[in-house]
Amino acid sequence: MAYTVKDYKTEVWVDWCPGCGDFGILNALQQALAALQIPPHKVAVFSGIGCSGKTPHYIGAYGIHTLHGRVLPTATGFKLANPEMTVIAVGGDGDGYGIGAGYFLAAGRRNVDLTYIVFNNGVYGLTKGQASPTLPKGVQTKSLPEPNLMEALNPIAVALGAGYTFIARGYAYDVRHLRDLIVAAIQHRGTALIDVLQPCPTYNNIYTREYYNARIYKLEETGYDPVVHNPEDEKEIVEKKAQALLKAYENGDRIPIGIFYRVERPTLEDELAARLPHWGKALADLEPIYRRDLTPLLDELS
Amino acid sequence: MPKRFVSWMIGGPQGSGINVAAETLAKAFSRGGLYVFANIEYHSNIMGKHSYYRIRVSEEPVHAPVDEVHLLAALDEETLFGDHHHNPEFPTHHGHVHEVVPGGGIIYDADLGDIRARLKRDDLRLYPVPYFEMIRRALEPFGKASEYRQYDIMRNTVALGATLAVLDYDFDLVAEVIREQFKGRRARLADLNIQALRVTYDYVHERFGNDFPWKVRRRERRADQILIRGVQAVAMGKLQAGLGLQTYYPISPATDESTYLESVQSQYNVVVIQTEDEISAINMAVGAAHAGARAATSTAGPGFALMPEGIGFAAITEAPGLVIFLYQRGGPSTGLPTRTEQADLGFALHPAHGEFPHLVIAPGDVVEAFYDSFEAFNWADRYQMPVIVLLDKYLATSYITVPRFDTRHLVIDRGVRYQPTGQPDGYLRHAVTESGISPWVVPGTEGVVFWTTTDEHNPKGHISEGVIHRVEQMDKRMRKLELAAREIPEGKKFTLHGPADAQVTLVGWGTTKGAILDAMEELAALNGLTFNFLQIRMMRPFPAEPVGAILRRARRVILIENNYSGQLGNLIREMTGFQIPHRVLKYDGRPFSVNEVVEGVRRALEDNEERIVMISSEAREVIPWPTR
Repeated sequence: MAYTVKDYKTEVWVDWCPGCGDFGILNALQQALAALQIPPHKVAVFSGIGCSGKTPHYIGAYGIHTLHGRVLPTATGFKLANPEMTVIAVGGDGDGYGIGAGYFLAAGRRNVDLTYIVFNNGVYGLTKGQASPTLPKGVQTKSLPEPNLMEALNPIAVALGAGYTFIARGYAYDVRHLRDLIVAAIQHRGTALIDVLQPCPTYNNIYTREYYNARIYKLEETGYDPVVHNPEDEKEIVEKKAQALLKAYENGDRIPIGIFYRVERPTLEDELAARLPHWGKALADLEPIYRRDLTPLLDELS
Repeated sequence: MPKRFVSWMIGGPQGSGINVAAETLAKAFSRGGLYVFANIEYHSNIMGKHSYYRIRVSEEPVHAPVDEVHLLAALDEETLFGDHHHNPEFPTHHGHVHEVVPGGGIIYDADLGDIRARLKRDDLRLYPVPYFEMIRRALEPFGKASEYRQYDIMRNTVALGATLAVLDYDFDLVAEVIREQFKGRRARLADLNIQALRVTYDYVHERFGNDFPWKVRRRERRADQILIRGVQAVAMGKLQAGLGLQTYYPISPATDESTYLESVQSQYNVVVIQTEDEISAINMAVGAAHAGARAATSTAGPGFALMPEGIGFAAITEAPGLVIFLYQRGGPSTGLPTRTEQADLGFALHPAHGEFPHLVIAPGDVVEAFYDSFEAFNWADRYQMPVIVLLDKYLATSYITVPRFDTRHLVIDRGVRYQPTGQPDGYLRHAVTESGISPWVVPGTEGVVFWTTTDEHNPKGHISEGVIHRVEQMDKRMRKLELAAREIPEGKKFTLHGPADAQVTLVGWGTTKGAILDAMEELAALNGLTFNFLQIRMMRPFPAEPVGAILRRARRVILIENNYSGQLGNLIREMTGFQIPHRVLKYDGRPFSVNEVVEGVRRALEDNEERIVMISSEAREVIPWPTR
């Protein structure tokens, strides 16, 4: 039986503002799951707090709506305990690059096989439009009483430094392109970051649909090659990172979307499997651990 | 009857191997059919600061340290005379000579010269041993005598060899333990160390004779005894319980448990992850618990202070199988990183904002730590609420002879599981039930999906701010606590040690247990009164009714706690209305000695003091044993 997009929907009323970029991301994610034909009971969607935090409730799969900023550790623990699940983490830019910044870095270092989609709109929407870590300095969106005081963080650049093995940027209003990015991210073995430009029509009157529509172009249409073809070659890795970094800072009249960087590296699961000969299936499967025998350890103590 | 025992202490700078010497000796004692209680005091420092290790050895079980030292082995001058040379303005201690009993002995480096005048007492037996000369002689057969200065690390073995000679203990047992420590390529080091042990042993026998009044004799080896450290007991309880994933962020004194688990992870198929901080540690464990694994994190106070939101998360989403192990240390803030305290009881009882059910169990010793660590996971699964196991630094580093753990009666109970019907949408993760328990399911189960959220929610796990959903979910979560209170056997909640109708009732929790039990034997001999000890173990749900009944029936009640304010006393008052009139407290970062319990109880009974504060013998005169 083939799964359709409908199988990944729920009856829950979607309470995002009309015109919100979140709708595009939700549709793209559901379409990607259908395209990959992953059974709903083999998918777990995790979210942080904020408008994006509601996403799992709208998806017909295991949905765990966690704390502000802590979506990555929670999703990581879940994946390591139950590695046969496809794990997708979603969150906002404040969630991932602000309060969750430490976990954003550590997730790159760990390279657990999961996909992390950031709904990046430059504002804290649910608390009515405060500046987020990706809002540039000096910018004053309509709900800010004064212009923003701090420099913006560049998620792609930070992800390159943190060790992410798949780094992409999507655009919420190009659903088909975003769907393909999500498919590629899920298929990638390792932690995949998709930073999604997601206009907030209610609070961000500067980085709007019109703003992005006039500037966005696709990296893959320019002959850009994000892939490290020889992951053993440190020189190629650095070159591909440098190339991605230049593209990451291209945010004036032209803004690239697509895959910036991609490399195949051992995942944390690979490393664990090498250490734990019986690990790999769900730790929830208690059969082996029901039979644990402490005798060898106790013998050492006598 | 008060116990006969020998008390030995080794002191030296951190990095000098006092722990290896002490643990070698402890193991040799334990293998000799004797009972050992040993514990280390050390600084938050890698190298150089003063540390000391006490061993109490007896033919009967011993459970706690005592003030007095029969034989002191000093690796350095500071162990004898304190740290005035490092800290002339504010010395932290004045050495341990004053803790040695009259007629007791001191082993020290003869290179320190004549120390008699500096000792300020002439009732001790002195055993000056030329440490480096012993090392030089030990190296001779290996053709390395000229390199003796490079082998200064072997001074601990020299002190151990002298100890064996003075106590007249079995040389071969110690040599056997040393040989086991150096295996494979390091076997040559075993030969060197055993030679150093032998050279010193012979030197001391020859030079000082064999007249030390406190000797230790080996007995028949007992196969049913093990010598175990607190952190190992906890780790084994978790392994036996089927722990799937453990997270931790390095912190004293909890880390040793995680690294022990890591060292056996391939053997037992357990994932141990060092996280970027304790917030990640708790959330990763919550994620693993929701995935269906038994998950745990181990930390100390400062790490636990980062975990409240994760604990609330586990509670409102009803994560099954999550247990948090909190090793208390001296607080607040960074406090005393490597010292013990019982000051996080209040924190463990109120570990996050809002109202939610959780369990708090406080094992009293290493044995209870094993069984409680096991049982905690059954409760976490059955009641789908976070369980906190409250431990401390003292328990973590306690090294004690105990009966080998009996695992035959330990049964894993994963609680009420959902049986898929094949009908889609049939499953409600937060179904409202009479017991409050909503059957849980391992994600990945075919035909089932669920949602859950840190927001308040409806039975399906979707966000709801509806009045009825709120009240239903609050009530059903809290009903689980009532269920736990009904189902958990009384024997897990508290123990009344001693006669029910005793004239004096001592009240305590956690690791004061050993000192109180050992003190009770002394106290009975002291003045003919009868004593019992009410040990509270389950802090939430609190056994208010039976505890209140016992206390109201008791004639004189004395509280003993390793903290400033008497947190259990406050809890008892809150829960039962009973105000305990006497509080024996200690908050200098060290555990209660048996002497201190005896003295505290004496002052409460004879002097009728309400608040009695104990200071460790490190910083005061030894409390004489009234019964000796």
